[in-house]
Amino acid sequence: MATVQTKKSGSRLVQVANYPLDWLEERSGLVGGVKYFLFRKVPADIGWFHTLGSATLTAFIVQVTTGVILAMYYKPDPNSAYESIQHITNDLTLGWLVRGMHRWGASVFIILMFFHMARVFLFSAYKYPRELNWIIGVLLLATGMFEGFTGYLLPWDQTAYWASVVGININGTAPFLGPFIAQFLRGGAEIGPDTLARFYSLHMLVLPGALFGLIGLHLYLVIRLGVSPNPWTKDGAGAKRTEVAPTARSGLTRPSSRGKAE
Amino acid sequence: LEPPKTDQPHIQGPSLWPIGFAIGVACVLVGLIVSTPAVVVGAVIAIVCAMLWIRDATRGYSAPAVVEPETRPARVVAPAAVEDAAEEETFPRSVFLEGATLGLGAVIGGVVAVPALGFMVAPAFVGQHAKRVDVGPITDFPEGQYTITTFLRDPSAGEVSRRTAYVRNNGVVNGDPSFTIISNRCAHLGCPVQPGGPIFEDKKKTATTGAGEEVTIIPMLPAGGFVCPCHGGAYDQEGNRVAGPPVRALDRYEFEVRDGHLVLLGTYSVAYVKDTGANARIKKYQLQNPGDTVRGIESWLYPIQPHS
Repeated sequence: MATVQTKKSGSRLVQVANYPLDWLEERSGLVGGVKYFLFRKVPADIGWFHTLGSATLTAFIVQVTTGVILAMYYKPDPNSAYESIQHITNDLTLGWLVRGMHRWGASVFIILMFFHMARVFLFSAYKYPRELNWIIGVLLLATGMFEGFTGYLLPWDQTAYWASVVGININGTAPFLGPFIAQFLRGGAEIGPDTLARFYSLHMLVLPGALFGLIGLHLYLVIRLGVSPNPWTKDGAGAKRTEVAPTARSGLTRPSSRGKAE
Repeated sequence: LEPPKTDQPHIQGPSLWPIGFAIGVACVLVGLIVSTPAVVVGAVIAIVCAMLWIRDATRGYSAPAVVEPETRPARVVAPAAVEDAAEEETFPRSVFLEGATLGLGAVIGGVVAVPALGFMVAPAFVGQHAKRVDVGPITDFPEGQYTITTFLRDPSAGEVSRRTAYVRNNGVVNGDPSFTIISNRCAHLGCPVQPGGPIFEDKKKTATTGAGEEVTIIPMLPAGGFVCPCHGGAYDQEGNRVAGPPVRALDRYEFEVRDGHLVLLGTYSVAYVKDTGANARIKKYQLQNPGDTVRGIESWLYPIQPHS
């Protein structure tokens, strides 16, 4: 009856352990979905460079987790924002650690995004049929940088304030729409209480929401199109075919023939 | 083998009215910020284009289809009774229900999205004119001396709205008091410019004006003009740019003297100032964002400023 069980000869203990998974699988198909995601085939000669995407995702998850917890103590109000940050850092147990993780993790997230992008570029992994995933990646990079910009104001100290003033005014120098963009970001003609609340909302609601959606699309395309083979690989797309050609992977579709040897 | 059917019915070209409709909606949104007549004009454009668009889109249903001459013979040769019956139903129930579902969905989405997006954007642009700020009696400002004057631009917003102006009393000229009031907002990217000279903290005065707003006045001597700590912009004592990245002179405050008190009004941008003090001739422009030029070809890039 159960679909998950691959080993029919499992002991009773195994069956008992599998029962909740079977129950879940029968009603949702989620177990199969997770297995499909985790056990999909990838080119044989990929290496550590291909882990940069997962590393970026991990950094994002760290940011989400620490950010949610920081939001429990932070107060986005000009009169109490700085004090609440001091309270988090100096008074609350482990506050210094979680804030530090979020602050340094932000840099890690951005740096890993750039490394990941460099890997994709240098390995030609952005080429057909993966152009759309490159475009989504560009949007992710822009949204991630905007996260960094909006988050920088929140400590509400002198560095944060004047860096945001300069950042907003750089936006203000864009042709035609610049002054309007700057005024929208400020929430008025001058920086004020609304600016902080606005940046806070963007930083923890709007932009993370956009990131979640874009990451979902990004991963969907990765799973659908498969991991691209290395450009120097013998059986990669566009490479010269070897004598074993008929069963070799094309590189453009999910590898299927390689698994037949099992 | 059956020959491929090449006899395609003529497909109508795409309607261009949606573009007009979009322009009308854009006009309404811009008008909400800029001017009321533009809202009316935009609304008229939008409604007219919407009606024309609807007429275009429903042409196939409302009027008998215009059949291209060359396709007619093919149909005349073998008219099927069933086809005739099918053709009579020009607006099937399923099409109506599909359109109604999509249309209602769009209306519900619009009813939710328009106020929400409007609330997100509009408050940043509506009612942004500067408030009048009383910075105390003019006798607090020694004649011929610059002061660092800080005040609350918007008392309801609190300390976050504290701004700094460099105020110099130029004395009485032709019976009217004359002041030079320079904003400390750098014309490069908005950092606070600092006086390049001694600041006499011991002569600091504080005054409470209006609704308990505290104004501080500190005399100083900007012998080296004003300099910006962020990127090294430098200005002379009249606020003219002398070095660094700024694109124009420092902004200035408009002012009036009422009941012997100096009252700051709005801010305006300055291209350059000729002469000094009471004789200054100021090349004056509407307030611009820092970094935006006010004259020359580059200023064409910033034709509209949102400040009201």
